[in-house]
Amino acid sequence: MIGKVREHLSQNESLLFERSSPGKRAYQLPELDVPAVDAGEALGAENVRDGIEGFPEVSEVETIRHFTRLSTWNYAIDHGMYPLGSCTMKYNPRINELVARIEGLAWAHPYQPEALSQGCMQIMDRLESILAEITGMDAVTLQPAAGAHGELTGILLIRALLEKRGNARKKILIPDSAHGTNPATAAIAGYAVENIKSNSSGVLDVGALEQLVTEDVAALMVTNPNTLGVFEENIIHVAELLHQKGAMLYMDGANMNALVGMARPGDFGVDVLHLNLHKTFSTPHGGGGPGAGPVCVKKVLEPFLPTPRLKRSGKKLTFDYKRKHSIGRVKAFYGNFGVLVRALAYILAHGGPGLRNATMDAVLNAVYIRKALEPYYDLPYPSANMHEVVFSDDRQAKLGVRTGELAKRLIDYGFHPYTVSFPLIVHGALMIEPTETESKIEIDQFIDAMISIAKEVEADPQLVKNAPYGTRTSKVDEVTAARKPVLRWKPA
Amino acid sequence: MLDACGAGSPEDLFAHLPGAVRLNRPLAIEPGISEYEIVEYFKQRASECAAGYSSFLGAGVYNHYRPVLVDTVVSRGEFLTSYTPYQAEISQGTLTAIFEFQTMICQLTGMDVANASMYDGSTAVPEAAMMAVRATGKGRVLVAKTVHPEYREVLRTYARNQGMPVEEFGYAEEAGTIDLEDLERKMDDLTGAVIVQSPNFFGIVDQVKAAAEIAHKRGALLVLIFTEAVSMGILEPAADADIVAGELQSFAISPSYGGPYAGIIATKEKLVRQMPGRLVGQTTDSRGNRAFCLTLSTREQHIRREKATSNICTNQALIALMATVFMSVYGKLGLRELAEQNLAKSHYLAGKMTPRFSGKFFNEFVAKVGSPEAVNKALLKRRIVGGLPLGRFYPVLADCMLLCATEMSRKADMDAIGEVLKVPTAATEQAEVLA
Repeated sequence: MIGKVREHLSQNESLLFERSSPGKRAYQLPELDVPAVDAGEALGAENVRDGIEGFPEVSEVETIRHFTRLSTWNYAIDHGMYPLGSCTMKYNPRINELVARIEGLAWAHPYQPEALSQGCMQIMDRLESILAEITGMDAVTLQPAAGAHGELTGILLIRALLEKRGNARKKILIPDSAHGTNPATAAIAGYAVENIKSNSSGVLDVGALEQLVTEDVAALMVTNPNTLGVFEENIIHVAELLHQKGAMLYMDGANMNALVGMARPGDFGVDVLHLNLHKTFSTPHGGGGPGAGPVCVKKVLEPFLPTPRLKRSGKKLTFDYKRKHSIGRVKAFYGNFGVLVRALAYILAHGGPGLRNATMDAVLNAVYIRKALEPYYDLPYPSANMHEVVFSDDRQAKLGVRTGELAKRLIDYGFHPYTVSFPLIVHGALMIEPTETESKIEIDQFIDAMISIAKEVEADPQLVKNAPYGTRTSKVDEVTAARKPVLRWKPA
Repeated sequence: MLDACGAGSPEDLFAHLPGAVRLNRPLAIEPGISEYEIVEYFKQRASECAAGYSSFLGAGVYNHYRPVLVDTVVSRGEFLTSYTPYQAEISQGTLTAIFEFQTMICQLTGMDVANASMYDGSTAVPEAAMMAVRATGKGRVLVAKTVHPEYREVLRTYARNQGMPVEEFGYAEEAGTIDLEDLERKMDDLTGAVIVQSPNFFGIVDQVKAAAEIAHKRGALLVLIFTEAVSMGILEPAADADIVAGELQSFAISPSYGGPYAGIIATKEKLVRQMPGRLVGQTTDSRGNRAFCLTLSTREQHIRREKATSNICTNQALIALMATVFMSVYGKLGLRELAEQNLAKSHYLAGKMTPRFSGKFFNEFVAKVGSPEAVNKALLKRRIVGGLPLGRFYPVLADCMLLCATEMSRKADMDAIGEVLKVPTAATEQAEVLA
């Protein structure tokens, strides 16, 4: 056995609503130091509500126990390796949480005078220039709230530039290995989507691309390295093909953890890219957000960036709202500032050399896993991989066990599953991204677990198919959840 | 490890990158610094901001007390450092909390279903508009001028390329509520969504019911926006709205210079399949125990790709958890008392000046002050950040400011504002110059 986990007690806990009893409270408010106001008079009796039906009534101790018990039902990076491919689940340094809570930053109101916001603006300015240096781009907006939001911003920028040139064009080309957000974004930006097949080495088929790039094409959205973890080796040629036809090259920066300090999108022909600060720059995923999705562009797209833009005059920073070519706002205020603070703290801790080392470690870890697991799992694309590696369940499926089932068995060994069934171009994909966070000890345990599961499939496939066994919640019936949706609690 | 990889050095693992794409110099970023130095750097930046000032700014971002339990809970690594709960068996903590969140948002808004969060209130507006347009098959959108100006800007950015024309309708000069006649005039059969905010940007409880009647008569949906969630502790939920979209920053989410916050979309049962964003549903595990999982994901981009209801993926789970803990701490009694305190404070402050509008307001209001800039300058000297000058968003209100008072507003500071306003503006400036 691998030895990472064994059983322990797990507290049961009902929902807050079921724990409530009338009159219980967990709050204290100060005595009101001004005269009370009659709500009916101030707001109009017809506008005043009765008590909120069903709303919780619990004590302070019950509140903390409730959420603490719930928390113990989660797996987290703090428990161990979280090898979700394309998600870059790296350690979240706690210093980042501390600095984001410093009073002058955490309590800064977005409309407080600029003269009293210089510290916040300096942080944003510094992060903008560092991200420009890392990506090799000319200008950065920090406004988008997440990766998909950054994608939308980027495609709107391209659209604005093409419109100014006289023709917004009709299509966005997207490789079949792309994240689902790419086509969804193109649609929201008013473009039709055309898929491009990958070739047998798992990269863009340049021949096919040549056929598809016409005057109708606004841009190609490419992830590099792509979702197989393979670097698009023809990227410079691809950029030239697009540029010759007046189209732009958009890069999804989800996989920047493979490149920081080693190669820069701006140097290989990319016109616009978004970063996911919650991936590459370690801001916590928090169970699904918040993130931040800064967009980095070449000079030609700078006039179109969202308003407002930071502007420096001497030592002072101001916001520039008067930008006639701007696509407008994509979000109120200036971006997810608290996330930006955390990302800058991560960058300051690493520095230039440290960021480059992190990239090398991330790639080394992924290549090491690939070499160790290649004898046991089918590797459909043998090209050199970078920060992640994608196997298929081909061998195990012949014995009736699919990637989703292998993943559930991995839970019993004390690990979070890899990304299941993505990218779509690999049938039954197992997408593994260790990140630089993991030590050799943790990775070796993971490898041993994967090998052990491969052997279990051969000896007793049903054992694997019925997993997980060790979790407090056994296999969850997702089909019934979707067929008969129960989306809120109601009193019995 | 290098041996196992057949590499002599880590750099060898990058040998397959074409030479022309390689960065052949170190990044121009200084070497790493220690934890202590990082704290010093950010403390320094914080000292260049407004720490120690009292603030009467609202306008979509409110100063409410953050109960200690909130950060205690969200600092737990199990919540902080987990991913989106796709693997239900080992994510029941996050899933259960989101299910409770969805339930509480329904209880507050009076809607049937609520999603697991949006980026923020501003981006929830175009998502709600697109949802209404899909549901009605009508592309035109009418939005009130009393909706937060930056939210309207975001709506325009999204709408531009979707064949979704957006038009604005005005507000009543005296009351500060929506101009129903203007809405009626601009309403037509091609309109899919009418968007109003309550309390509106001026802090006034708006005429949602009347707007809904006008919208429904012509087959459009009524989208209700809110920016001040604490108001829901006291205001009757709008049963006539079809979609409620708003911002939860008031629920223990620090202002943090504009984000991260958490938006929501809630709606009626029949519109659930048009909803953007993640949803958590209740089900059972193979042993028959209650369990939760992400559900109805065929609406979403990772399944539906270009036909998805939205491109949203990452949302604001941890921030929504802050709001969930806040709602649990305050609960049924506390949210009401909190709202009553806000109401009392804002009416005390308003008593010291002339509100510009006659409409009923919750915790912020527009005051006519002559020169908002001069008043604010005088207040800053007393370490008070005053109201938001409205000229930037409403040129006709250039002599007005939007002021907000919450449970955190001190009587002494409100009295000080009253004193500053008593002195004619020119004299104030004179006095300050002399001082």
